[in-house]
Amino acid sequence: MAETLSLPAPTPTGDSKEYWSAANDGRLILRACRTCGKPMFYPRGHCPACGSGDLEWREASGEGVVHACTIVHRAPDQAFRARAPYVIALVDLKEGPRMMANITDCPPEEVRIGMPVTVWFEARSETIAIPQFRPAQGEKK
Amino acid sequence: MSGLSGATAIVGVAETRLGKVPELGCMQMCVQAAHEAAAEAGIKMSDIDAVLTVDSMAEPFRMHSVVLSEYLGIRPRYSMTNSLGGATHCAMVSHAAAALHAGLCDTVLIATSDKLVTGLTKDQAIAALAENAGHAQYERPYGPMIPAMYALAANRYMHQYGVTPEQMAEVAVVHRRHAGMHPNAQEKTPITREDVLASKPVAMPLRVLDCSLVSDGGGAIIMTRADRARDLKQTPVFLLGVGERHLNEFVHQAPDLTTCGAKDSGEQAFRMAGLAPKDMDVAMLYDCFTITVLLLLEDLGFCPRGEAGAFVESGAIALGGALPVNTHGGLLSHGHPGRPGGVFHIIEAVRQLRGQCDARQVQDAARAFVHGNGGILSTHCSLILGRD
Ligand SMILES: [Zn+2]
Repeated sequence: MAETLSLPAPTPTGDSKEYWSAANDGRLILRACRTCGKPMFYPRGHCPACGSGDLEWREASGEGVVHACTIVHRAPDQAFRARAPYVIALVDLKEGPRMMANITDCPPEEVRIGMPVTVWFEARSETIAIPQFRPAQGEKK
Repeated sequence: MSGLSGATAIVGVAETRLGKVPELGCMQMCVQAAHEAAAEAGIKMSDIDAVLTVDSMAEPFRMHSVVLSEYLGIRPRYSMTNSLGGATHCAMVSHAAAALHAGLCDTVLIATSDKLVTGLTKDQAIAALAENAGHAQYERPYGPMIPAMYALAANRYMHQYGVTPEQMAEVAVVHRRHAGMHPNAQEKTPITREDVLASKPVAMPLRVLDCSLVSDGGGAIIMTRADRARDLKQTPVFLLGVGERHLNEFVHQAPDLTTCGAKDSGEQAFRMAGLAPKDMDVAMLYDCFTITVLLLLEDLGFCPRGEAGAFVESGAIALGGALPVNTHGGLLSHGHPGRPGGVFHIIEAVRQLRGQCDARQVQDAARAFVHGNGGILSTHCSLILGRD
């Protein structure tokens, strides 16, 4: 059977098009609330902390720390199977919010809770690149 | 205490064959369970005036509860198709109790089935997988499946509390032993901790034997008000307490991976029943993975924070222990047809309280705790059931 599965490229929505557009330019931006001041992830049309619709985009540092991680051996489809085993982690960004990503450029078994990581962007199509993380510079490989 | 406590009862239960059931259609299987539960209760199908259900993947319908009613030949005045993942069945019991208590209906049927083994086409299986694989924009691009997302919780939990893979494996061992005593369980071959630790890695620290089964199957529950329940065929099992809490859907949104909405839903249920964890004789806890059982034991107050591993290792959750858990074998060994998975925990609790469990009977079981967990530790509903 001719399977032509490729790694997924997200389809931006009204509340996320700036986020994905910035990611494609190699920048991680966070939606933040101008009323209560809190940044959020994922981007929304209203602040989940206070309900305000007065929001702005802020440039993120791209630095974070691994909060939890797993080495995936059984992948969801053929495209991911080619990458397995790979690491999925939850990354706590310096700015506060938590997001999911793969931890790359590092043997899977060396990824640890508390490991400092830095963002990079993996192209998934001509218009979409997704934020990924790798061990921060100076972090022992 | 609340007016709802003790106001309604479960009066009939039934489960279909589990595992591979190629000879029955999916809705056909659901209806078979419904008729068996009604017959067991001693009520006529025409008496049912409320239908609650979950859609199936094998035979999806736009309005599943309405199609189920039509297939059964009944015209209910209360109809609902619920969608709270593994918390769905406990939540349906809660909704049914509220509707009965409010006088919106008199006799409720809850019935579900699915066919994940023999009922899905390749396209349906892929669609089912996608549906279950996290947020389309912020998670799915990273290749998670449900086990990977529970593995994140397990990783964090083990890191914080030093729980070991051996302790987690013991959960699977106990469930398999219990399934060996259940006539309808799908997997009865005994396993050891070593078997679990040597099984294929799925998403570390979770291995194949840390994960629930994949099954065809379904079940049904009949409920009515307490006064009517006493006149029916079976010993009624009363709903004494109920509580729900839903914190988030996606795992990256969880405020804390080591504690979940079960803490709140459990406290609400205990408060309504005027009971405490120590009053429970048996517990049926949603066991999609071994880690889920550990987290729920702590959040529900059955053991202190960080001590679920030691609690399990002490033999507490096995038959004969301080709190036998999932005496039917759970999703890990009795069967897991997907969306209907949570119905069997309730059915087993009812059978324990009626004293119908033969070799796996918990002696003099008078109070049972049931907990449904859906999504990635996302949706939570707790029930307390009792003989009186
Ligand atoms: Zn705000």
